[in-house]
Amino acid sequence: MNIKNVKDLNKIKKETLAISKKHPKKVLVCCGTGCIANGATKIVESVRDGLAKRKLKDVSIEILKETGCHGFCELGPLVIIEPQEIFYTKVKPKHVDDILDKSFLENEIIEPLLFTNPVDGSKITKYNDISFFKHQQRIALRNLGKISAHDMKEYIGVDGYQALAKVLFKMTPDEVIEEVIKSGLRGRGGGGFSAGKKWKICKNIQADKHYVICNGDEGDPGAFMDRSIMEGDPHGVLEGMMIAAYAIGAKEGYIYVRDEYPLAVTHLEKAILDCERSGLLGENILGTDFSFTIKIARGAGAFVCGESSALMKSVAGEVGEPRAKYVRSVVKGLYDEPTVLNNVETLVNIPTIIRKGADWYSSIGTKKSTGTKVFSLVGKVRNTGLIEVPMGITLREIIYDIGGGILEDRPFKAVQTGGPSGGCIPESMLDLPVDFDSLTEVGSMMGSGGMIVMDDKTCIVDVAKYFLEFLVEESCGKCTPCREGLYQLHKLLEKICAGKGEMSDIEKMERLSENVMIGSLCGLGKSGPNPLMSTLKHFKDEYIEHIKDKKCRAGVCPELITYEILDNCTGCMACIPACGYDAITGKKKEVHIIAQDKCTKCGACYAVCNFDSILVS
Amino acid sequence: MIHITINGKVVQAKDGEMLLTVIRREKIDVPTLCHHEAVEPSGACRLCMVEITKPEWDGWCDYVTSCLYPAADGLIVNTHAKKVNELRSSILDMYLARHPKSPEIRQLAAEYGVLKTQFEEVVDGDNCILCGICTRICDTMGFHAISMVGRGHGKEVAPPLNMAPTACVGCLSCAKNCPTNYIEYNMENGGLTIWKKDFEMVACTECGKTTITKEFAEYLSKNRDINIDYFRKCDECHRKELAGTMGRISNWDREARS
Ligand SMILES: Cc1cc2nc3c(=O)[nH]c(=O)nc-3n(C[C@H](O)[C@H](O)[C@H](O)COP(=O)(O)O)c2cc1C
Ligand code: SF4
Ligand code: SF4
Ligand code: FES
Ligand code: FES
Repeated sequence: MNIKNVKDLNKIKKETLAISKKHPKKVLVCCGTGCIANGATKIVESVRDGLAKRKLKDVSIEILKETGCHGFCELGPLVIIEPQEIFYTKVKPKHVDDILDKSFLENEIIEPLLFTNPVDGSKITKYNDISFFKHQQRIALRNLGKISAHDMKEYIGVDGYQALAKVLFKMTPDEVIEEVIKSGLRGRGGGGFSAGKKWKICKNIQADKHYVICNGDEGDPGAFMDRSIMEGDPHGVLEGMMIAAYAIGAKEGYIYVRDEYPLAVTHLEKAILDCERSGLLGENILGTDFSFTIKIARGAGAFVCGESSALMKSVAGEVGEPRAKYVRSVVKGLYDEPTVLNNVETLVNIPTIIRKGADWYSSIGTKKSTGTKVFSLVGKVRNTGLIEVPMGITLREIIYDIGGGILEDRPFKAVQTGGPSGGCIPESMLDLPVDFDSLTEVGSMMGSGGMIVMDDKTCIVDVAKYFLEFLVEESCGKCTPCREGLYQLHKLLEKICAGKGEMSDIEKMERLSENVMIGSLCGLGKSGPNPLMSTLKHFKDEYIEHIKDKKCRAGVCPELITYEILDNCTGCMACIPACGYDAITGKKKEVHIIAQDKCTKCGACYAVCNFDSILVS
Repeated sequence: MIHITINGKVVQAKDGEMLLTVIRREKIDVPTLCHHEAVEPSGACRLCMVEITKPEWDGWCDYVTSCLYPAADGLIVNTHAKKVNELRSSILDMYLARHPKSPEIRQLAAEYGVLKTQFEEVVDGDNCILCGICTRICDTMGFHAISMVGRGHGKEVAPPLNMAPTACVGCLSCAKNCPTNYIEYNMENGGLTIWKKDFEMVACTECGKTTITKEFAEYLSKNRDINIDYFRKCDECHRKELAGTMGRISNWDREARS
């Protein structure tokens, strides 16, 4: 493939669209990390063999698409039949023949493979009728699940690199920057800084070199939006970087990806190679003066390496430790040159913004938080996965309309947003619009878009302890307030969960938190006490209960609960062997007893009892 | 030259020099544990933090590490603002919990009113406060023999793989500059052991006293263009020799004059 000018680009686009038109029937197999883990590779093989057997081999490339993640990995491997949009879940190789014969060649639907609505148990046939997808608006995830992730032609077929052509031929760098500023796009990596303004500052710094870096470190446990985008739409990320590079005058770019993301690395490498071979990366791109190269820098996977100064040190081959910066990295970044660092999701939005215009983009979302945001919705909701929604949508809409409500219809307790250093939001604030400023106002944050839903069985003090533990482990250990302060906060939380808390500990934690926030060097320490502070703000009662009443209402903290057997015990003896500590005694058909001195509160008996006879209190 | 205000007093400073330098020049006491003139500031201990503001900031102020913050015209600095003092005692309290046995930490903490930690003491805590002075000095010297390994609370200073570091020349720069005297070394029987590495010492040809490791002497003579013979005498004997030479010169002078 040779793409020397816009004509070449448009020719490929035309060809791709023509082929697609010729073969409207397609089998889309999701090949994201989640579905591959569930066996998607075998499905692809079976589909390929099946098509060959049915003498459809010559066109199989156009029919079979190995797409990126739909965000619904739990139900993978996913297969979609187009043009009918039939959506199959948990597909096994043994289903493939049936799918090809019935749904691909004919128009028949295989009921058992359809999605079951967890709310009412009904079967849903079409992708876009599923509430999980219906309420989404996909801009960053526009190509995920739609095109073959590793095929450059397909990307070009869906207007890929048209935005690049537009900026190179119709816009000056300043115009690009103004357009991005006007779009209102704010950084999706956590800080929420205006992407366009960042570019402007960087461009205006006189220097030998400028750099563009794409932050694909994604260290938040449970978040996988950046991984999915890099895997499923690598060219979208590259195009975003190219446009940024043109705007700020950079000739070199890096994508920082963690080692735990091998598929993302493979797809990005392939995409970069395809661009280099065709001429979309390198010297004189599309016949213009613009030259740009992209390299992949692989990270060792420490959470703190996602922080800008640590990341740049890591890219430069040094230890990924944050450095104090009163000079920002847009001014003095990688190799001390002005550098734009943007998150994966920020960058993948750029091509669409350029193509459709700033006004179109800013009409979506709220005034101060424009566009959409990708969230990873997990926890105690019926539908979990990656979702992209317009900013300003309420938490309630996300949890109940898209997420399908709380599992087992239990009461909602809180939603944790913003990743490990985010905060918990209580039920009274379910109608809060989700945007950068509203989340910060209530003591949480947007972060990278983690969203963990919790029900009444979640202990809020335990949650704070969990996140603090993560941060203590991930602190780089360079500065004292973060290294020692978070450690002590975690110790205090452990003490409270163990029933040894004192009322003065609350004040102690509040004061220490404040000092850690003021005193720490980088964002990790500065926001580290957040999980504690936000839960103290909204759920102080529960802390006091742990301390004064020595009670854990969620039944989670082992030292604060007891397991007892109620009188309705049938004496089935199921719990006796389940207890690994020989704490349960009892004869057949007689009420059993738990010896409290032996009970470790592991909950094994509770899990096996079929008669709800075990009381946790 | 620019002007900044420190604790109400207007002082002169060079544009861009670090606030801590100006503060110390003014003889104002600000505690530091990770600062060392010989190496780049790192911002690790956070004790040197001060409150800064500017008239145009509308009453808003910021807390920055003075060792790393460049002086700028019109800056108003308060080295002992209420919040700053609180922060310092809190940090020292954290240090005290981690290194309860360190005399240096205990003394500094006491100066800020922290006699006993309010936090849980770390059992078996050692006295390395992870200031990174030793590793930065070693790097600056060009040896890179020791570094910070691990992260978070488990971070420590160590040579690669915790084995005797090949790059170490036994200059003792790390040990002699450690603020808590944590780095152990042993100088016995004409040898030196540090970081589990044994060195042979050069003995003074005059008095027999040992002064420098052979490896360090060789390194200096090779890389700093110093005659290796220079290291065959100890400092004292060099001085004696110098005094002798000077004495002879003045004798000649006197003889010549008379
Ligand atoms: C401890 C820490 C971890 C971070 N991890 C990430 C990350 O994994 N991905 C990311 O894009 N930004 C991360 N950030 C934010 C980056 O420092 C930076 O603000 C961001 O990449 C800028 O891109 P944006 O303006 O497009 O959001 C992290 C920040 C901190 C303090
Ligand atoms: S705040 Fe934490 S992660 Fe950041 S530099 Fe300090 S110790 Fe390292
Ligand atoms: S050994 Fe001494 S100089 Fe080195 S980091 Fe520890 S306290 Fe600082
Ligand atoms: S990997 Fe298939 S839906 Fe996520
Ligand atoms: S002296 Fe340690 S942070 Fe400034």
